[in-house]
Amino acid sequence: MSVLAAVNSVVAAGEASQKVSDGFLLSFTWWLPVLSFVGFWAILFLAKRINVKSAAAYIGIAVVALQFVLAAGAVVQWQQRTAVAVAHSVEGESQSTGADEGEVTSEGEVTHEESLETIGVVRGFAVAAEEGEATLRPALERSVSWYRNGETDIRIGTHIDGFAVAMLFVVAFISLCVHIFSREYLRDDSRITHYFAALSLFTGAMLWMVQSSTTLGILFGWEVMGLCSFLLIGHWWEDTDNSAAALKAFLTTRTGDIGLLIGIVTLFFASGKTFDIAVINEKALNGEIRQWLCFVAATCLFCGVIGKSAQFPLHTWLPDAMAGPTPASSLIHAATMVVAGVYLVARLYGVFWSGFSIKVGGMNLGALVGSITLVMAALLAFVQTDIKKVLAYSTVSQLGYMVMGLAVGGWAGAVFHLVTHAFFKALLFQASGSVSHSGSHHSFEMERMGGLRKYMPITFITFTAGYLALCGFPPFAGFWSKDEILTAAKTNGYTGAFIAGSLGAFLTACYMTRAYTKTFFGENRMHLFHDDHAVVPHDAHAVVPHDAHAVVASLDPHDVAHDVAHGAAHDAHDDHGPHESNAWITGPLVALGIMSTLVGLLQWPGWSGLPKYSFEKFIANLTFEESAFKFLEHPEFKFSVAIPSTLLGVAGIVVGVIYFRVFNHDLGLVKRGGIFALVHKVLKNKYYLDHLWTGVVIGFVKGPLAKAAYWFNQQGLDAVVNNAGKTSVGLSRWVYRFIDQGVVDMTANGIGSTANNLGAGLRKAQTGNVQNYAAIFIGAVGLAVLAIVLFI
Amino acid sequence: MVLNQFLFLSALLFCIGVYGVIVRKNAVLVLMSIELMINAVNLNLVAFALFNDNIIGQVFALFAIAIAAAEVGVGLAIVLLIYRNRRNVDLGGLSEMKG
Repeated sequence: MSVLAAVNSVVAAGEASQKVSDGFLLSFTWWLPVLSFVGFWAILFLAKRINVKSAAAYIGIAVVALQFVLAAGAVVQWQQRTAVAVAHSVEGESQSTGADEGEVTSEGEVTHEESLETIGVVRGFAVAAEEGEATLRPALERSVSWYRNGETDIRIGTHIDGFAVAMLFVVAFISLCVHIFSREYLRDDSRITHYFAALSLFTGAMLWMVQSSTTLGILFGWEVMGLCSFLLIGHWWEDTDNSAAALKAFLTTRTGDIGLLIGIVTLFFASGKTFDIAVINEKALNGEIRQWLCFVAATCLFCGVIGKSAQFPLHTWLPDAMAGPTPASSLIHAATMVVAGVYLVARLYGVFWSGFSIKVGGMNLGALVGSITLVMAALLAFVQTDIKKVLAYSTVSQLGYMVMGLAVGGWAGAVFHLVTHAFFKALLFQASGSVSHSGSHHSFEMERMGGLRKYMPITFITFTAGYLALCGFPPFAGFWSKDEILTAAKTNGYTGAFIAGSLGAFLTACYMTRAYTKTFFGENRMHLFHDDHAVVPHDAHAVVPHDAHAVVASLDPHDVAHDVAHGAAHDAHDDHGPHESNAWITGPLVALGIMSTLVGLLQWPGWSGLPKYSFEKFIANLTFEESAFKFLEHPEFKFSVAIPSTLLGVAGIVVGVIYFRVFNHDLGLVKRGGIFALVHKVLKNKYYLDHLWTGVVIGFVKGPLAKAAYWFNQQGLDAVVNNAGKTSVGLSRWVYRFIDQGVVDMTANGIGSTANNLGAGLRKAQTGNVQNYAAIFIGAVGLAVLAIVLFI
Repeated sequence: MVLNQFLFLSALLFCIGVYGVIVRKNAVLVLMSIELMINAVNLNLVAFALFNDNIIGQVFALFAIAIAAAEVGVGLAIVLLIYRNRRNVDLGGLSEMKG
């Protein structure tokens, strides 16, 4: 209630909160999604009319560049907002402690009165715990009444706090890189317009979701992203595998979304009919929503998270989603969309905090699922031969980290990992795209790579930065964020999750070393495959977008004509062998590489006087700080965690180098048979989870369940239906014979025949001769005149 | 002079007009007969105006003459088109609208 007491309507207050300048860009962050939607329509309808090659790409880049500038401005303004708020903090404190108690109850009425206007409500104060001095940083809320029915006021609006601003920046930054990268990567694609339109719409949906103040708004962005994901995975739908992957992604995430919808509705009723996230968090944390309701809601929402963020056991769609163009994978299936689930947990943290009893420690549903996911996916990454698949499983594993981090109480650490992972995973994906684009004839098979560090220096260096970040090597980004999560797990008493996380760190370093060395070290193996590279199915789909001459033949990539065209296109290259990509690709790589290296330093633990935990202060949220984290000690940087986890990472790298590089034994142990072969087979078959879904679950639905339903249908429902049918047939016969034929039809027939006869008679009057008509007319007038004269 | 004389003349003209309209087969003559009927009415109007000392009847008659001119113009145009299509103006043959 203390936070609600500090709630001031900007309209009503006019005192303390007026002095906190809202910041122009912070107030208008809703421009960002609007810009994207404008860009979406502009690309769809204008791009083809502009007679410039890649016009769609340039429109997309322009829009997202503008968004990036606005988002960066918002970050700066949020920082300044803190400074302004600090200056007035004492005043704000006295205002909120004294007079505002009475306004708590009237707050609802205030919003009702002003509901038709846009109102800004200052809600929630961030506390930066530095030097024990409370600094206030009000979140900025703007909302309009969308729909009202009696007391229920459904609002839609934006909630801008540090977390939202950070997400806006990350999304805009990565989206900009992806747009620029795509300009080159999809240069000759025949559906480049649709591609960039979907990319724009996707960016807008994500930008909307992260600033939405209501669960409904989140749901809206969430579903639009699902749609865009479907469009982009199935971008090269000529290949059946690709459209199947798109459908799989769509349907799998949709399965989880059932839970999300139920969870949102549960919370709506549990929190007194509101979709407002801040209110829901507030009520969940101070016990106004009962714990078991929180548990139900959190579990349902978590189903949505499992689907969207590819957690065990619904993670199977994400590796298949690699069928889409690589930059789209980079944006959607690594950096932003899949973290929507993690974002949801972080945003509705109050509900999960109460529902999963996070402060108790030990184990809970979220920590369990996250731990299983992170270890399981890391193991799967070992047996992939496709570099994108390795990265995809790595993404699943890292998402498991984030979910686990949230579920063990490491809110800030998990959010930080979300941000750092977005940068380095986007980097790794785009680097793998660069490799395929210029280094391996559009193949992602690591068997065809090798030794590329000599040919592609920039890609190699940036990939190295991403690789070290992912392995958690200090001082790269992943080290700081992974460490925060592990520290939180250890401090809060989640031993199981801590062990899983440490094991995951080791495995991650190991499988990434495998991919890294296979791609960039050793001899180039491309020539071994050179002769048949155009007829390998995997290669075929990647060829289509790049090869301008093959567009005609793209409906059948295996066509002979296509091979010829493909060869011709490659002859046009100055070099047939691997070479570095051009600046459209290396530019984003360098930008992301710098971010992957440096962004971790935002959580610098305060040595040598540098700013301490500045990211955490940036995103701090008072609702959580007050209610949730006061039960937990804030996890400080601990060498007792950092050194072992770094050593584990280094050990993973060393083991990887020794096993995969020095002995070059990718499958050495497996060939010897026994337990290793068995493990390899299980991993190759992805733990048979796909078989579980398609064979067992769908088979059960199709087989026994369908049969049982059929039996019940025949014996139970049909008996009722049949009897009802027989009765109604008898009744109908009687009705037909007497009422229908006797009464209704007689009447109808009578009317019909009367009209018929009358018509036949009157027809004779229509002679067609004008003079007959005139005679009848004059005769009638004469009779009328006679009648008037005689009777009036 | 008495009013009855005008009225009898007008009734006679009207009857001749009606007879012409119904009986004659030549479209032009039918039009002329219509003119007779109109002028019979005009005669009535003028006569009543004269004997009732009221100018309105005469004004109305002038209007009627003007409208009759327009009407006969339209009529003649139709007749002309009929002639172009059929090379005669016999009303007896114009029975395409027979039901």
